[in-house]
This record gives sequence, C-alpha cells and structure tokens, in this order.
Amino acid sequence: MKKKLALLLVLVMLFTLFAAGCGNTDEGGDKVVKIGVFEPATGDNGAGGKQETLGVQYANSVQPTVEIGGETYTVKLEIVDNESSPEKGVSAAQNLVTSGVSIILGTYGSGVAIAAGKTFSDAGVPAVGITCTNPQVTLGNDFYYRICFLDPFQGTVLANYAWEQGHTKAYCLNKMGDDYSAGLVNYFSKAFEELGGKVVKEEFEQGNADFAANIATAKKNGCDVFFAPVSTEAAALIIDQADAQKIGMPLLAADTWDSNVILGAAKGTDLEIVVTTFYQEGGDETFDKGVKAWIEGDSTNLANNGGNSEIAAVTAMGYDAYFLALEALKAAGSTDPAKVQEVLSGVTYEGVCGKIVFGENGDAVRDMAVVKKCNTTDGVWEFVSNQYVK
Amino acid sequence: MNFFVENLPYILAGISVGGQYALIAIGYTMVYGILRLINFAHGDMFMVAGLVMVYLAASLPVYIAIPIVIVFTVVLGCTIEVVAYRPLRSAPRMSIMISAIGVSYLLQNTALYVTGGLTQTYPTIPWLAKTVTVFGAHTKMVTLITPVLTIALVIALVILIKYTKIGMAMRAVSRDFETSQLMGIDINRVITVTFIIGSFLAAIGSILYFSNYTGVMPTSGSMPGLKAFVAAVFGGIGSIPGAVIGAFIIGICENIIKGMELTVFSNAFTFVLLIIILMVKPTGLFGEKNIDKV
Amino acid sequence: MTELTKRNKSILSVIVCAVFLAAVYIGDMLVPPTSGMRMLFTVLEKGSVYALVAVSMNLLNGFTGLFSLGQAGFMLIGAYIYAIFSIPTAMRDSVYQYFEGGLIKFSVTENLGNALGTVMGDFGVMLGEHIGMIFLMLCAGILTAGVAALIGLPVLRLKSDYLAIATLGFAEILRAFFQWKAAGPITNSSNLLRSYTTYETPLFPVIAAGLCIAFIVLLINSSYGRAFKAIRDDEIAAEAMGVNLFKHKQMSFIISSFFAGLGGALLAMFQSSVASTPFTSNMTYEILLIVVIGGIGSVTGSIIGAYLFVACSEWWLRGLDSGAFLGISAGFMRPGFRKVVFAVIIMCIVLFYSRGIMGNKEFSWEGLVGFFKRIFSGKKKTSEKNHKTNTDKEKEAR
Repeated sequence: MKKKLALLLVLVMLFTLFAAGCGNTDEGGDKVVKIGVFEPATGDNGAGGKQETLGVQYANSVQPTVEIGGETYTVKLEIVDNESSPEKGVSAAQNLVTSGVSIILGTYGSGVAIAAGKTFSDAGVPAVGITCTNPQVTLGNDFYYRICFLDPFQGTVLANYAWEQGHTKAYCLNKMGDDYSAGLVNYFSKAFEELGGKVVKEEFEQGNADFAANIATAKKNGCDVFFAPVSTEAAALIIDQADAQKIGMPLLAADTWDSNVILGAAKGTDLEIVVTTFYQEGGDETFDKGVKAWIEGDSTNLANNGGNSEIAAVTAMGYDAYFLALEALKAAGSTDPAKVQEVLSGVTYEGVCGKIVFGENGDAVRDMAVVKKCNTTDGVWEFVSNQYVK
Repeated sequence: MNFFVENLPYILAGISVGGQYALIAIGYTMVYGILRLINFAHGDMFMVAGLVMVYLAASLPVYIAIPIVIVFTVVLGCTIEVVAYRPLRSAPRMSIMISAIGVSYLLQNTALYVTGGLTQTYPTIPWLAKTVTVFGAHTKMVTLITPVLTIALVIALVILIKYTKIGMAMRAVSRDFETSQLMGIDINRVITVTFIIGSFLAAIGSILYFSNYTGVMPTSGSMPGLKAFVAAVFGGIGSIPGAVIGAFIIGICENIIKGMELTVFSNAFTFVLLIIILMVKPTGLFGEKNIDKV
Repeated sequence: MTELTKRNKSILSVIVCAVFLAAVYIGDMLVPPTSGMRMLFTVLEKGSVYALVAVSMNLLNGFTGLFSLGQAGFMLIGAYIYAIFSIPTAMRDSVYQYFEGGLIKFSVTENLGNALGTVMGDFGVMLGEHIGMIFLMLCAGILTAGVAALIGLPVLRLKSDYLAIATLGFAEILRAFFQWKAAGPITNSSNLLRSYTTYETPLFPVIAAGLCIAFIVLLINSSYGRAFKAIRDDEIAAEAMGVNLFKHKQMSFIISSFFAGLGGALLAMFQSSVASTPFTSNMTYEILLIVVIGGIGSVTGSIIGAYLFVACSEWWLRGLDSGAFLGISAGFMRPGFRKVVFAVIIMCIVLFYSRGIMGNKEFSWEGLVGFFKRIFSGKKKTSEKNHKTNTDKEKEAR
C-alpha cells in the first residue's frame, strides 16, 4: 500500500515537472511581452515590496499594451517573491529569468538586489532597480540600472539636516547583514562626523523584537537624535518602545519609513519623526487620484497597501519604473533582453517623481530629496523641504 | 546613583523578559521531565498564541479575546501531543524529537502563510501597555506585572504538584515512566494535563511578552523557546523553581550584555551558559542525579 | 533474467555515471540561460550540495547515532573560508566597503590563476583557478574539522538531546562570532561576501559532491563504519566489544564536519554570494528533514531526499505560491502556501512513513530491477514473493 502511495507521489511529481516545462509555451493569441517584477512579498521588507509592486501593477492597468517595432504587444507582469532574503532571492531571480522576461523591475531592499545582480547579468537580462539605494547594486554590473538616488547622497542629506537642526550626537541603528541600513548608517555617520558631530553605532539581528535596550543605550550616551533607517517592520517596534520609554529625541530615517505602517504606529504618540524620500503626495494630481481610486477599488490591493490608500513614495517610484521599462522596450524595438540592455542607458522618462536620466554606472541623476515629518495627531506626512546637495 | 538610574532600564527589561521566559520554560521542563522530549514546538506555540491574539483582537474586545487565546493555545498544545507525539511513544527518542522539529517547521510555515511574512502588531491591552515611571526610568506596566504574576503562578503550580492527586501522578511518572504505568497510573491523562499546564503558561507568557515587544512574526517564538529551554536545563530539568531562576538569570544577563553594547552576543551568551552548565554540573542547579540503568 | 555478476554491476554503474555526466555537460551547453529547463541545472547544482551535506549529517545521526544539530554552523565556517580567500583583490574595496577593503589582501584563486596564466595562457588561468578552488575547498573542510575537534571535546561527552541542544548552541555562537563588528575586517561582519570565484559548469558541484559521498560510503563500509554502527546500535555493547567510544564518536564528528565545511564552500559557490544570516538552526532542521525523508541510515536515501527537497522547494511547488498549480488556481494559493504544503508532507512522512524513502537500505541494481518487475507484473503475488526474497537476501547479508 505504502509502495503504491509512493509511486503515486512520484507520478504526480513527474506530471508537475511536465506541466512546469510546458507552462511557458501554451500562450497563443496576442503578442505578449513579459516584464519581471522582482519584489519581496514576505519577510522583513514585505510591506514595502508590496507597495512598490502596487505601483507597477497600477501602471500596468493604466497602460496594458506597448508598441514595439510597429506591433502592439500586451504587457504581462511576471511577479516573483524574493522573500527579502539574499539567499532565497537568488533562486527567485533564477526563476524569473527562466520565465522569459525582457526586462526586470526591482527590488526593494539593496541586499537582495546585490545578491541577484549576478544572476541577471549571467542571463543577460537587464534590471532596473526601483528603490535599492546602495551604490554596490549597479557598480560593476552593466545589467543593473536604477531610477532612485543613492545612499551617499541620502546619508549626506540626512546628516546635513540633523546638523542644521542643532543635533550634535547621533545614535545610529542598523540591521545586521542588511546592505540598505548598513550603507546608510555608514554614509550618514561619515558625513555627520565631518560636520563635527559624534556618533554611537549599534546593530540588531534579523527577527529581533526587543529595542528597549537600544533606546536605553541612546539615552545613556546622551544622544540627541536617533537615526534608524531600518525596515518598516522593525521601525514599528522602535516607535512603540520609543514612546513607552519617552525617548525625548527626534527619530530620523530614510525612504523605507515613508510608509503608512509608520504613520499607524506613530499616531497618537508625541514623537518627532523625520524622513527623506522620493515623492510627497500632491506632487502629481492625476497620479494621486488615479492610484487612490485603483487601490480603494480592490480589497487585495487595499490590504497590500496596509489597509488604507495613503500613497507611499515607493508606489510612485514603481509607477515610474514601469513606464521607463515601456520606453526602453519601444526604443529597443524588440523584446530581446540583449537589445533592451543596449538601449537602456540612453532612455529618459519624465515621471511623477521627476525626470529620469541615466548617468554613471547606470544610476539615475538625482540631486533632490524630499524631507517629510510625521504629523502624529492626524497620522499623515507633512512636507518640510526639498533638500539638495551640491 | 547616576549609574543606577542609567542602567535601570536594562535591569527592568531583564526582569520582565526573564519572567516571560520562565513561563515558557515551565512548559519545557515539565514535558521533558515526563516524556524526555525537547518539545521544539513549544516556542512556536507561544508565537501562535500571539498571532491568534492579533487576529481575534481585530474583531473582539481584548478582554474577551484573552480567554479565547488561552483556550485555543491549550487545545493546540493537546492536539500536537495527540497527533504528533502520542503515536511515537514507543519509537526511538530521535524520531519523536524529529517529529517535534517537524511540528515546529509546520507551525512556522503556516504562520508565514497566514501573515504573509509581515510582522503583525500586537493589540494594546490598555492597562498592561500603560507607561509608568520607576526611579526616573520609563517603562511599560507589563514590566512590573510580569515578575509578580510569574511568581504567583509558580507558587500555585508547585502547590498543585505537591498536594493534588494528579500532581502526585506527575511526579511518579517523571521519576519512572514504566513503573508508574504498572502501578495503574493513566499515563496519557498525566501527559495531557502536563501539556495543558505548559500551554496555559505559554499563552500567559505570550500575552505578557508581546505586550512588551509588540511585533509578532513567524520566527518570534524560536529564540525565546530555545532560551527558555536553556533556562530549564540551567535550573535542572524537571525542577520548576530551577527553571524560573534560570529564566530570570538568562533574562537579566542578556540585557546587561546589550547594555554593554555587545548586542551580537546576547543570544550566543545563552548558549555559552548552557555549555558551561552542561560541563560543570550536567544536572543543573536543582536537578536530581539521574543514574543510567542498563 | 540472469543475475548480474559483481563485475558486470560495477561496469554498469560506471557507464551510468559517465552517461549522466556527459548528459549534464551536453545539456548545459545546449540549454540557453533563459529557458525554463534551466531550472533543472539549478536543482542539480543545489541538490548536489545539499546531498553532500545531508550525507555528512547522516554519517553522524544515522550511522553513529549522535543526534547533532550543528550542521549549519559548520557549513558557515566552510562557506566563509572559501569566500574570504577567493575574492579578487580588485573587488575587495567594494566588498569590504565598510572596513576599508579588509585585512586580507590576496586571493588564492586569482594568484594561482595568474601564476599559471603566465606560463600557459588562458588555459593556465582556468587551471590555476580550479586548483585554487579545490585547494580552498579542502582548506575549508580541514579548518571546519579543526573547529569541530575543539567543539567535540566537551560536547561529545553529552547524551542524546543534550548533545543536540549543545551543538545547536555552538552553531549559534559561531554565527555570532562571524557577525561581530570586531571581526569585520576579515569576515565583513554581517555583510554580504560576493564577487568571489565560482564554478562555471554544473559538472563541478556534481563531481565534487559525488567524490565526497563516495569517500563517505567507503568509510561506512570499512571497519570504522562498522564500529560507528555498533555505537549506534548499543553503546555499552560496543564498548564491551572493545570499540573506543570517545575516539570513534570524535572521528565521526570530525569527518562529518569536514564534509559539512566542504559542502558549505560548495554552497557559497552556488549562491555566488554569502552572508551569515541564513545559517540558522532552521537550515539545520531542513537538512535533518532531508535525511529523514530519505531514510535515516541510508546514503542513497539522503541523496534522493536532497534532490527531491530542492526540486520541490525551488521548482515544482512554486506554482502553489503564484496561484496556479497543476491547472488549478485558487485564491488561497498565495506566497507561503508552498511551504505549508511542504511542511504537511514532511509531517506525514515523519508520522506515517518514518522509515523514509529508502529506510536503511541502499541502492542496488537488484533492488531497481525488482522494483520495476513489481510495477510491471502488477500481480500482488509476485510482489510479495519478491519482497520476501529481498528480505531474505538482506538477512543473509547481515
């Protein structure tokens, strides 16, 4: 009996193998071009990754076809979950390139992007980073481009801001093995020390939930600003503890904190939270209205956006990235990834988050970051200023 | 005095987390005492209790949700025992431990699926989450409640084990499994009661722990679980006061290490402690000597 | 059908291996990198690595009866030693970006490649790099074994579950050391190590893992292997028969760790980037579950288990996550569902099929022939008969 069961199991597996092998070929009808979406849906960066994917999906609903070489193609999104982990991300990337995509968008979280970069370049499929800000993502990889600003820039902007506000000693917290937060802390502390400030650095491990000690250490060392550019998951816990222990100093963070998770956690507290980001709601009326209606119109989208229709900057960036990908496909005049890669560095696009022009290393040229502050009574972001660095 | 005020937050955090580990550790020590099984799934049950609370509190008032969470955890604990451990009672010890690891894997992955891998924010239990001031240090009410509640529960448990019939049966089974069976003790009943008590305390521990550290994720349970097991070994497996003392020591030491800015080693320290105690006094602080019989 | 002689069987085995390797080589050449069948090679590579690690764990858990849960820690050491010493000097500044390029300023593979390259040109570069890779893999194994020897001194005196939890603890301690900021100039703290030399053809991990597993099989069939099994079956009886308990336990522990370290180095090559974060107890559990699926005490079982596990988790069951599987699509199939299904399957194996795929049997040509006979004859009688003769043979073999 058991033998038969085992046999049955093997047969099912073989059948699946067969089905998986044939899955790619049975699409008839319209011409289809595939755009890969390489984003986390689970793990530490899941919330942000989902919001970024929403931007791409919304853009796809606005413009579902593209004109390539005189023919109309339907755009199909291939979405994979890279589980926010560099290790799992590589096999997800492998899965994506084998599904025949012409260009890849993503990912949220620099660590996974760095790890998967080799898979993309080996397969010869170009990738466009949406909000991975660590310089190492595109450095030395001809197939990785990106449309956001970089950590050295963002770190410097934040350091300047903190120094201008009269802070002299900063407590910096980053997650271990996370290139995003580690990179930002590194560039922030360099810039802050150059300005004459002092820095206390600590790290926490993946899955840590206990930030009480970190806040106590910041207080003990007499710091006057708490810099924690971590994922939204950890951020919510930090906010909760900071409120319980009456931290008494502003919390400073970067683009990840520009999320309604933070707004929800901070609502009703008396904390001061300042972040730098790519986009502030109100930057583009039509986009704001359209995306809000689209998110509210579908319960899955609403859940993926964290339960309300507050627009995250990463959603706007995802929206821009999709249209940039369409421009690249048009310019290439072909769905061949190699052709797309050839033309990608010359593609420009005027998006809702500003103009995208690729410069050195395939990084977009950007010299402006939006500084926002959290209004903790109403739970919304308030625009503070646009910061520039020469 | 200044030194005291500066370091008080760490000690407070240590005592409170120690109490929470203690509540989990009792479950480990009792199950191990009777079944000689490291119930790897115990830590994950603690996490599941947290998640159930998150989902219940979304639609029910907290005071109704709490008893449901406790009942659910107890039922879950007993179900795991009946489904995953009871069929393997006569199997080698390695198989039953693998089964425990399998259950832990299943619970974690199910939690991952249900939550979509996102951290869930634990509901605020109004009174527990209130901020209070102790000698100038701000902390949550739960920090002060935990040690008191833990000690009260432990005293109740010790009385139960010392003076009731089922308590006597439990002691007998943990002393000698086969003989007590021959003496007419219903082994399965004793084991079920053990799991009920263990799960009940884990549910209470989970409410206290997550009120303090408000993020519940699928892996939230594994580290506290392992630490609680180490606490149980440290105190001497099978000894309830031992497990509690072990848990407080681990909780406080780990926070002092964090205060020394060696956060990386706060988890590793627990295991260093384990290895030292296993080398020096394998039976733990209060453990009884166990002679191997051929 | 005539019985196969021993000589014919080994010839058959060699032919099958050669054909398999040739198929892999040709397949690798023919299948373009964006084709769906490429996943086959990913599974083959990762499966080989996991097979090696699972067999090394089986040597300890299944053949010596030591329940150790430190595998992930040993793999971590191996992976890091390989990665640290093979990052090209030009890349060191960018990899060790927070530690001013790190302390180590040379790359074994690069240096050997350059040295031989000046003599023999391009072929020399390739040869030198491969010699460097093999040399580093061996170093990874030896250093891991050395660490294991130290850990083994206190830990191996412990019994069953205490041993399990102590090895688990050591793995966590090792991980903490690798993540320590002060060790950053060497280990890059908790940040990713990448850009190091990796293999180019899927043949490399297959052959490397194959050779290592062959060595373990030889060991198990030697007098040492018999001593290990004696310890597993009854420690006291083994000791009475003159087996030095501690010596043999330590030997098994060190050899197992050697191959775990080597497997770690291969895993690092497969991933092309490595960080300490994923080497947690969960990784050890996964490997343990592979061993259980395959059958505790069966090398063939562990190998089959590893390939099945990797294929299911990386490839076949992915459809469960994306919402369409075997033509069925449903709303409840969303990210993470694959893992739930997987965990349920594993629990079923643990509870109802605890012997795993192979039990403690090994692959043999007779077994394979018998298996197919039973399927195609379809008659219950013959199957029973075959079964009986098989068990009889086993008894005789013992």
